[in-house]
Amino acid sequence: MGASYLCEIIEKKALLPDLYSFWIQAPQITQNATPGQFIHVLCGDGVLLRRPISICEIKGDTLRFVMAVKGKGTERIAKFEVGEMLDVLGPLGRGFSLPKQEGTALLVGGGIGIFPLLELGKAIGKDVEAILGFRTKELITMQEEFESVCTKLHIATDDGSFGHHGLVTTLAEQIIHNQKVGSIFACGPMPMLKAIKELAEKYDLFCELSLEARMGCGVGACMTCVCKTSNDAYAPVCKTGPVFPASEVSFDA
Amino acid sequence: MPNLKVTIAGVEFDNPITVASGTFGYGSEMKKYMDVSELGAISLKAVTAEKREGNRPPRIAETPNGMLNSVGLQNPGVEAFLKYALPMAKQLNTKLIANIAGKTIDEYVFVAEKIGEQVDMLELNISCPNVKEGGVAFGTNPDMVEKITKKVKSVAKVPLMVKLSPNVTDITEIARAAEAGGADALSLINTLLGMKIDVRTRKPILANNVGGLSGPAVMPVAVRMVYQVANAVKLPIIGMGGIMTGEDVAEFLLAGATAVSIGTANLVNPDAAIKIKKEFIKFMENNHINDVSELIGKVVMNEWQ
Repeated sequence: MGASYLCEIIEKKALLPDLYSFWIQAPQITQNATPGQFIHVLCGDGVLLRRPISICEIKGDTLRFVMAVKGKGTERIAKFEVGEMLDVLGPLGRGFSLPKQEGTALLVGGGIGIFPLLELGKAIGKDVEAILGFRTKELITMQEEFESVCTKLHIATDDGSFGHHGLVTTLAEQIIHNQKVGSIFACGPMPMLKAIKELAEKYDLFCELSLEARMGCGVGACMTCVCKTSNDAYAPVCKTGPVFPASEVSFDA
Repeated sequence: MPNLKVTIAGVEFDNPITVASGTFGYGSEMKKYMDVSELGAISLKAVTAEKREGNRPPRIAETPNGMLNSVGLQNPGVEAFLKYALPMAKQLNTKLIANIAGKTIDEYVFVAEKIGEQVDMLELNISCPNVKEGGVAFGTNPDMVEKITKKVKSVAKVPLMVKLSPNVTDITEIARAAEAGGADALSLINTLLGMKIDVRTRKPILANNVGGLSGPAVMPVAVRMVYQVANAVKLPIIGMGGIMTGEDVAEFLLAGATAVSIGTANLVNPDAAIKIKKEFIKFMENNHINDVSELIGKVVMNEWQ
C-alpha cells in the first residue's frame, strides 16, 4: 500500500488510431472521484514521470479514461493490455462544480478535451446539452455516450464534413440566443477556452474551464504545472485546477 | 533495526533520508500520502525576501531518465512563509531546513535574519543569478561563495548548509570557498543546466529555454562530486542527485555523504522517500550493517596504475 494504486485493466478499445479507451478496476479512486478530476499514470519502463489523464467516466468501482498517444509516455501506456496492472495516483485536482443556475448546462468540448465532460453530463443529469468540436468527420468519437447522457448533442467539424461547419463557440452562441442557458463547462484547446470565456462574459453566464499542462508531481508540491491566473500569478493546474472559474484564467502571453 | 541516526552540524536527524527543496513544497501536500515524521528532515521550498511569481510555463520537460525544470523560485516571500507555511510545516514533526535564495547578498542576509532560529538549519541556495554581478550565478564563483557564506553565517542563528551548484569546473574549489566562509555543512548537487528542443516546433520545450536537469541521469555526476568534496573539506555532506532506491542511498553514503536528499523521485511517487527509506533499511539488514556510520565515506577506490 502506497500513495498510488495498482489497477487492473478490464477493457481496452482503440476508438481511433492512437486514441485508446481504458476501463480500470479502481475502487479506492472511484469512491472519491468527481467529474473533472484526473488520474496520474505511471507509464512503464524507460519513462520516468507519470502522465495526467482526465477521468472520462465512473461506473461503480471502475473508471474509464481515454488517452491520445502524443509522445513517449502515452505511447508506453498504450502498450498495456487487458489483465495488466496500471500504477495510478488519484483522484487528483479540483473538478467541475455542479451547476446551481436555472437553465441549460452547456458542455463544450474540443478534440481530446471532450472526455472529462462525459462524467459531468452524467452528474448533471438533466437539461444538459453537449457541443463537441472535431477537425473532421473521421475523428468524431463518443457520439453514442454523449447522446445517451445529454438532452441534446451538437457536433461541429472544422471542415464541415459532419454537423455544423465551424466553431463550437458559434453553435454555443446560437443556443444561448434560442433558450435559457445557465452555465457553460468547457475543455479543449486554449483558443477555444478563450472564446468560451469571452462568450460567458458577454452573456454573464457561470463558466468553468478545464485546463491541461505538462505535470510533475500532480499533487501541488513541485509548482511545475502552472497556468497564469487573472491576478498575474501562477497556479498549479494539478491542485488549484484543472478546473478553474473562467474569470480566474488569464489568456495573456 | 539498524541505527539510522546521524548528526549534521550539531543537528540530529532520526535517519539520513531527507527530501530536497522544491520537490516537497512546504510539506502540506505530501502529508496526505505519507507520514512525513518518518523523514530525517525536509528541505523546504526556497524562500526569497519578496514574493516571486516564478517563470512562465512550460516549466517542466522530461528527458531520458530525468527531467528539466525552470520553476524560477516561485514562493510567497519570507513574511508569508513565516506566517503561514512554516507553522504548518512545524506540525509535521520532522527537522526543518529552510532553503533561502536571493538576487543580492543583502537579500540572503535579510531572509536569514528574518527566519532566525525558527528552523533547525538554513540551506543557502546559491544557484541563483546574482543580479548585481550581471546575473552570473553566485555559486559558480569561489570568491562570491566565500563572501556570501561569511555574510549569512554572521547573522545565522542556526547551522548554515551551503547547497553547491554542479555547473562549475572544479566543485572542490567551491566547497573550500564555502568552508572558508564558515559553512557548517554542504549539500550537493543542485541541478545541472540543460535544454530540450522540440524538433517539431523547433523551440525549446521550457519557456525559459534552459532549466535544471535532475533525476537518475545525473546520479553518476552527483556521486563523483560528493566523493570529491568529501575528500576536499571536513564538512558533513547531504548528497543528492537522482536517488530512486535504497541502494542509491548507500552509494551516496559510501561516496562520503552523511545523509541524502530525495528530490525528483518525489514527483514520481509522493511517498517515494518512505519507500526508499524502507529499501535502505532492508539493504542494511541484508548486509549486516548495524549503523549508518559504517557506510559513510567507506568507498575503497581502485588504485590507478
